[in-house]
Amino acid sequence: MTAIIDYGVGNLFSLKSSFAVIGENAVVTNDPETIDKADRIILPGVGAFGDAAKKLFDSGMADVLLQQAAKGKPILGICLGMQLLFEKSYEYGEHKGLGLIKGSVKPMSDILSKEYKIPQIGWNALRFVGERSPLFKYINEGDFVYFVHSYYGADCGESLIADVEYGFDVTAAVADKNVFGTQFHPEKSGEVGLKILKAFCELN
Amino acid sequence: MITKRIIPCLDVKDGRVVKGVNFLGLADVSSPVKLAKFYSECGADELVFYDITASAEGRALFTDILCEAASSVFIPLTVGGGINTTEDFDRVLKCGADKVSVNSGAIRNPDLIHAAAQKYGDQCVVLSVDAKRVDGGYHVFAKGGREDTGMDAIEWIKRGQNMGAGEIVLNSIDTDGVKQGFDLEMLGAVCEIATVPVIASGGAGNMEHFTDLFKALPTVDAGLAASIFHFGEVDIKALKEKLRNDGINVRL
Repeated sequence: MTAIIDYGVGNLFSLKSSFAVIGENAVVTNDPETIDKADRIILPGVGAFGDAAKKLFDSGMADVLLQQAAKGKPILGICLGMQLLFEKSYEYGEHKGLGLIKGSVKPMSDILSKEYKIPQIGWNALRFVGERSPLFKYINEGDFVYFVHSYYGADCGESLIADVEYGFDVTAAVADKNVFGTQFHPEKSGEVGLKILKAFCELN
Repeated sequence: MITKRIIPCLDVKDGRVVKGVNFLGLADVSSPVKLAKFYSECGADELVFYDITASAEGRALFTDILCEAASSVFIPLTVGGGINTTEDFDRVLKCGADKVSVNSGAIRNPDLIHAAAQKYGDQCVVLSVDAKRVDGGYHVFAKGGREDTGMDAIEWIKRGQNMGAGEIVLNSIDTDGVKQGFDLEMLGAVCEIATVPVIASGGAGNMEHFTDLFKALPTVDAGLAASIFHFGEVDIKALKEKLRNDGINVRL
């Protein structure tokens, strides 16, 4: 069973549906016991980092996630959920993240010239970095995935497993042991996205 | 590199796709769910569901259909039509919409853009503008293009961006339905001031028109059309292959 963390951020309908399509039982939950019983965890999220991080820390969900990560359970953060795995974010101020992935989240406007629009909205081609991640077991380099974001994961060092070209090398996916994150939305990336979720479900 | 997007638009009334659909090999051609699946398999990059129902029953039916489509189609879905309040945003986002497009509702109450962007993020708010040439300028038209608001379209789009619209759909009333190509002049004027992605709508009659669009205006992000896809005049897969051959970066 896959636990999709519900902490009051974003719309989980498509995410839940995508697991149904690949034949995986997924539960949208904020219950620590259910999360503990789950084989794997999805941390979703859209919106602003500060609000989302506050909700995670204030509700105690951050501690639950850190304990689960320490136990070795596979966790996949998606979009803002990936950014929340980082140590901190500079989105409207400075906010602490979960610290499961090294690095920080910064505005793309720091780097991009005016010809690049922000947010990056649309399909971009994945470039694998380093050894091929098990997350990409069923897909190929150059496959397209769907992005919507204005901030990016910076300085993640060896955790970087894929990037895309959007004026600079933009972090597309990260991994550190059992903790994974995708800046793109697998649940909105057609067949390619579903294959990534399938590979994630096979990790344990 | 980010790709140019091809977006079919489905006008839905009382649970059915209108504007005529004429596909070989697709039994129930006016089923929005089946058509959405078909387009997704053909390589559409995104879908727009436009609710043109006026009745409450029709609206409930629309959200049911949206839920069904979002359970089986895993590409981005934008929903428009009858969006007047943040509660309307809530209603369609819960059914799996990723973006919500506002038009007349934002003209009546511009603060809707700001309120929705604050609540759901800029990326969720699409400002859809129906514009037409009037007195040497471009005016914004409301109520499905029937009413001249007198507002300057360029100023309205600037204002919408400042209030948090994360994407602009520009539909030229002058070229809509004429099938002689997109309104490159009007789109060019919008691209000059746009800081967010621009989706071109109105006027596509054949595949060449999409090449013309992306060649003439490299900062346009997507092309949207309805009837040429529904009638099978333009096949999305063939269109994207042609665009790639013409040197335009697309997802294939």
